[in-house]
Amino acid sequence: MSNSAAVKSGGFRLGLLLLALPLLLWLFLLVILPHIDLLLVSLRERISYGKYEFSLINYVEFFTEPLYWNTYVRTAVMSIFATVLTLIIGFPVSYYIAKVIRGKGKNALFLMCLIPFWVSELVRTFGWMILLRESGVISNLLQWIGVADGPVEMLYNDAAIMVGLVYTSMLFMVVPLVSVLDSLDDSLIEAGYDLGGNAFTITRDIVVPHAMPGIASGCIVVFMLTLGNYLTPNLLGGKDSLWFTEQIYTQFITRFNWESGSAFGFLLLVLSSVIVWVGLKLSKQTLSQTVG
Amino acid sequence: MADQFDLECRNVVKTFDQFVAVNDISLAIPKGSFFSILGPSGCGKTTLLRMLAGFQAPTSGDILIKGNSVLGVPPNRRPVNMVFQHLALFPMMNVAENVAYGLKRRGVDKATITKKVNETLARVGLPDSGPKQISQLSGGQKQRIAIARCLVLDPTVLLLDEPLGALDLKLREHMKVELKQLQHEIGTTFVYITHDQSEALVMSDQVAVMNSGRFEQVGAPQDLYYNPQTSFVAGFVGESNRWTGIVNGGNDQQVEIKLASGSRVFAKRDANNHITDGQSVDVFVRPEAIEINDAGSFENKLSAKVENVLFNGAASSLQVRESLTGHEMTVALPQTGAFASVREGDEINLGWSVEQTRCFASNGNGAGV
Repeated sequence: MSNSAAVKSGGFRLGLLLLALPLLLWLFLLVILPHIDLLLVSLRERISYGKYEFSLINYVEFFTEPLYWNTYVRTAVMSIFATVLTLIIGFPVSYYIAKVIRGKGKNALFLMCLIPFWVSELVRTFGWMILLRESGVISNLLQWIGVADGPVEMLYNDAAIMVGLVYTSMLFMVVPLVSVLDSLDDSLIEAGYDLGGNAFTITRDIVVPHAMPGIASGCIVVFMLTLGNYLTPNLLGGKDSLWFTEQIYTQFITRFNWESGSAFGFLLLVLSSVIVWVGLKLSKQTLSQTVG
Repeated sequence: MADQFDLECRNVVKTFDQFVAVNDISLAIPKGSFFSILGPSGCGKTTLLRMLAGFQAPTSGDILIKGNSVLGVPPNRRPVNMVFQHLALFPMMNVAENVAYGLKRRGVDKATITKKVNETLARVGLPDSGPKQISQLSGGQKQRIAIARCLVLDPTVLLLDEPLGALDLKLREHMKVELKQLQHEIGTTFVYITHDQSEALVMSDQVAVMNSGRFEQVGAPQDLYYNPQTSFVAGFVGESNRWTGIVNGGNDQQVEIKLASGSRVFAKRDANNHITDGQSVDVFVRPEAIEINDAGSFENKLSAKVENVLFNGAASSLQVRESLTGHEMTVALPQTGAFASVREGDEINLGWSVEQTRCFASNGNGAGV
């Protein structure tokens, strides 16, 4: 009896192991292993050709060089701001799609949020460049209606970066929000009105608390994408965009300083983890709630 | 006159495109009464209730609360509160916060809120449940909290949208009695909609039977049961045996009806039902009005064969098939157990009086044709 049970559970375990194998391989080979290597590389100093020594110099350099440090903080603040802005714009849009509009219009609107994502991020960002550049559509329009005397440059500033980041991230905010708002029973909103609530108090007391897991997961995805974005800040912000991923790129590609680049990469990972953790604590959500 | 009524509807009509959901409804509900609207699903009762609550505006007609028109008054400023079909308790708040929600919206100070919430929770019999989460409550407790959440606001009228529908049978029976007692104690006017006739009959002072957007009949439960005014009410409220036939003579007291099978039935003539010769009518007789093997002088007699004995304690009945025509009927068994020996296949004689037999014109909308 116990023998056959043991065989059974052994077989079950083997099956589970085989099923999980691709996942485990992927986790180990593509996530854990590179990160261990990244950590090791970041913790060594090149003494001479082919000769390395353990050192914290790469991290010390980061904290002593104001440019790196400032870029780091600036990237974090801008990413948080872009996330909040995406939420503020995305929430009413999602609410409208999930709760207000009915039938065919609902799917059409949802599709319209999706359509821009059928083209690559590069093309989407280039679209904004065509609109915003000195010789671009908006500049010409302003001159034509006589608001501006000469060409207006709207690219290469923080506002342009922000526009690009929010636009790029919108879908990743709208999708979780629509699904979480869809699950909100209409009668809860009606009960809120029936008991004397108005649009503001109902949103604050009923809709937002219900949507909190969706808000958290949307914000995490948007924040991570924004923080790790390279293309949009670079194209719309130009040389002065000072995005931390550009610093990493410079270390790896321009300066061939893999040690320093690895340290920066690791610091970016720490930054995103800490901010997501703080965000979850503040919104009283757990990661499992947010994902599930 | 008007201010004697907590709630009044005057010729309320609601149409959705071509569909008429509520068709010319007028009602007046006196203060402190338990008023039910009973009807099959899709009869427009929910639409009517939503208009009373303010979630929908009538296409025409007027709604008055305590004599004042509330047309154009949004739901959050009407002195009515609603218990929703699935209760719609806020899962993100605990019990006390749910009950306090409406008071907070009115800007009542904290001490008063706490006091009133505790009083109301005690009134519905759940005095210590304030800190509980909604998910920790049983079905019946949720029910009571949903009612407490409305009652704490002292509404003029409490609207209830089939709130017992989601409960299991035993709890539903229990809550029926409890709701009626609660209403009696607090004296708030209740408007209750349901498709369950037993709920409506047990709890209400007045019942309106609704069908296809119209009120078929409004009256006390006893009235509806013993004196239905239309074919729909006779068929919908309580159990009935039903035939269709053609009027073929009769006198001032009774109507003679020739059934499709050729046999004859005599029904009571009701002055309100202008039944004329040659008219097609529906004939109704209640299962408990039929006597078994009684040699008394009943005008309506027939013999039948027992098809099924449905034993259900005091509510036992026989399913029989009329020997002559094959028409199926239900006959209640007397509670004395007198016919406990009746078995499937037995031939029995049935008889019932003219007084207990009703007939109505058999067109769609019933009365007064």
